Amino acid sequence: MNLDFTDDQEALRGAVREFFDKESPPEVVRAAEPLGFDAALWRKVVELGLPAIAVPEDRGGGGAGFVELAIAAEFLGRSLAPVPLIEAAVATTLLTSVPGEATPAADAVAGELLATVALHPVTGDVARLVPAGAVADLVVVLRGEELLAVRGPGGPAGAAGAVPNLGAMPVADRRLDTGEVTVLAKGAQAVAAHRRAVRHWELLTGAALLGIASRALELGIDYVLDRRAFGVPIAGFQTVQHRLADNSTAIEGTRLLAYKAAWAHDAGLPSAGTLATMSLLFASETAFKTASDSLHFHGGYGYTLEYDVQLYFRRAKAWPLVAGDRRVAYARLPHRLFDATEA
Amino acid sequence: MDFWESDDLAEHREAARAWVEANVRPEWVDEQRRSGCHQTMELHALLARDGILAAGWPPQYGGGDVDPGFAAAVFDECARLGLHFDGWATTVMVLHTVQHVGTEAQKRQYIPAALRGELLIALGYSEPDSGSDVAAAKTTAVRDGAEWVVNGQKMFTSTAQVCSHVFVLARTAPDAPKHKGLSLFLVPTDAPGFEVQPIHTLGGQVTNATFYTGVRVPDTALIGEADQGWSVMRVALVYERGVSSPTSVERTVADDLAAWAREARRPDGTAVLDDPLVAERIGRIAVEEEVSRLLGRWMNWNAAKGGVPGPEGSMRKLFWSEAGQRHFSEALDILGAEGLLAPEAPGAPAGGMFEHDFRNAVVTTIYGGASEVLRDIIAERHLGLPRSRPSL
Repeated sequence: MNLDFTDDQEALRGAVREFFDKESPPEVVRAAEPLGFDAALWRKVVELGLPAIAVPEDRGGGGAGFVELAIAAEFLGRSLAPVPLIEAAVATTLLTSVPGEATPAADAVAGELLATVALHPVTGDVARLVPAGAVADLVVVLRGEELLAVRGPGGPAGAAGAVPNLGAMPVADRRLDTGEVTVLAKGAQAVAAHRRAVRHWELLTGAALLGIASRALELGIDYVLDRRAFGVPIAGFQTVQHRLADNSTAIEGTRLLAYKAAWAHDAGLPSAGTLATMSLLFASETAFKTASDSLHFHGGYGYTLEYDVQLYFRRAKAWPLVAGDRRVAYARLPHRLFDATEA
Repeated sequence: MDFWESDDLAEHREAARAWVEANVRPEWVDEQRRSGCHQTMELHALLARDGILAAGWPPQYGGGDVDPGFAAAVFDECARLGLHFDGWATTVMVLHTVQHVGTEAQKRQYIPAALRGELLIALGYSEPDSGSDVAAAKTTAVRDGAEWVVNGQKMFTSTAQVCSHVFVLARTAPDAPKHKGLSLFLVPTDAPGFEVQPIHTLGGQVTNATFYTGVRVPDTALIGEADQGWSVMRVALVYERGVSSPTSVERTVADDLAAWAREARRPDGTAVLDDPLVAERIGRIAVEEEVSRLLGRWMNWNAAKGGVPGPEGSMRKLFWSEAGQRHFSEALDILGAEGLLAPEAPGAPAGGMFEHDFRNAVVTTIYGGASEVLRDIIAERHLGLPRSRPSL
């Protein structure tokens, strides 16, 4: 056991943190609302090679792993960066993992094509509320036992069918009947590839929520140290302190679970998929409670749009919700953990 | 980064199991449960006989050549059977304190005897009117020539009924500020004026109230300098971290509940686990148990690295104890009426251990740093928030 990051990973943490701190301050996040996409920032993220950082070098990627991707996702969450890094990384990994048609994979790795994945299997002609669906050139969809790549409609990256939403996320419905559809895989292989992609999305979104929670805690601490009531800083009240201590404890647990899930993925462990779901579940509980408490400690100011804590509060609830009701995922866990019926 | 959990004691397991097989009687587990005393003296004598207690200690203080890894594996295997060593755990804490702050004569007097199994030490910190605020102790020790006279009462002096000594925190400078007038004494339990009375607990453990009425101890019973008891206690607390959590015997409630729910049937014949109301709660317990475990691994890993202790010990204890209480409460709800059944009841699920552990979990948020104290520590030392308690 070694819970330290490697020197390379520490260097990456420093670089990614610095990048997002500089390029995605709250003004950039606010300016990108309501769509939740900043095209200029996205180009910079692509230039850094972050979406393909975990793609093997012989496929044109960075040759790193999901621990590195999770690091990027953590700091993306910390700064609420309005770029679909997680979706693009998941889709690119998926496209490079299925045999056959190599073109979209190469374009996605090269950053010339923005791809995403519909998290829920589709029955009709519409993939509902696809994350990054409003800005993606290509959506990977599981319909029945076919894994499909759907291009267009909507042309180049833009607000194609964006729907107003709680988290200012570029989610959109994508039609299968008017787009250009290619079959990537069929049968059990298609189902397994899609499930893997969903696990990857859970893993990286869990890491992003760790970043959201960490920053939301800091916003709360900064505010209570500054704000005075009854002649003293409200940071001195135990009822405030103890909630912050609980949230801080949960954040350390979230951190351990998020990076254990990423490590398990890179180590090829059979438990990796389950750990990814567990990480997302715990991270979403932690991020929402932390952001919610920190907002509450701002008093009336927390309810205004002026303070940044509301940006974190909304996303802490919204980002994991795209995957569906948490309680359904909890209810599946015992079967996955103890019956090994599904990874 | 590597979360792989290797068994540090792997090379000693086989020998340790053989030792346990040859020496440990399974009925000791029931006996500990029946008597409520978490220290079996027959076992203790065998551990002393084979040099297991003395493993790793310096030879000049009675240390032997038994491999400490083997000794740790023996304790671990015994713990897996359900045996407790609470009296030895507190003894080890005090021995480390003696080694750090005691005189050479005290080291030679106390350590070898304890390693031979002749001396066992309970902790006498808490009092009827002071628990978390341990420095508020009212028990007094007054110097009288070459002796000290101890008067007062201690609470929750666990395993004192079988111990030879109690490590008593007493006020020696009544007019000094509260943290500056304390001293620590090793008080023999056979001294005139010492009395022990049992306290029965919700978890079945029998702890004690101990009374000190004009108990006379020699100057050599004073451990560390007079009036420096607060800093002496802090030495002991550092060692508490090392003995308080046998991590390899963590129970997984989620696993046990899932095993029960897979077999148990609803009146309509469906498996209880197929009820999403049940499965969801077991899933939530599984996630929180994983977080508890990881916080524990983090704590152990940091301790093994030898770094300055951070917030991990407090965070692990806080999360583990509070989550554990929720989990046992949920477990009884999920079991329904069968959740009522105690270990003595025929046909109780998991031998009634859910009911037993539910009662036992109550104390986990109280002992070894109550949750409120831990939150204060995290808030002040980790988050940099101002001190919320009055400082005297």
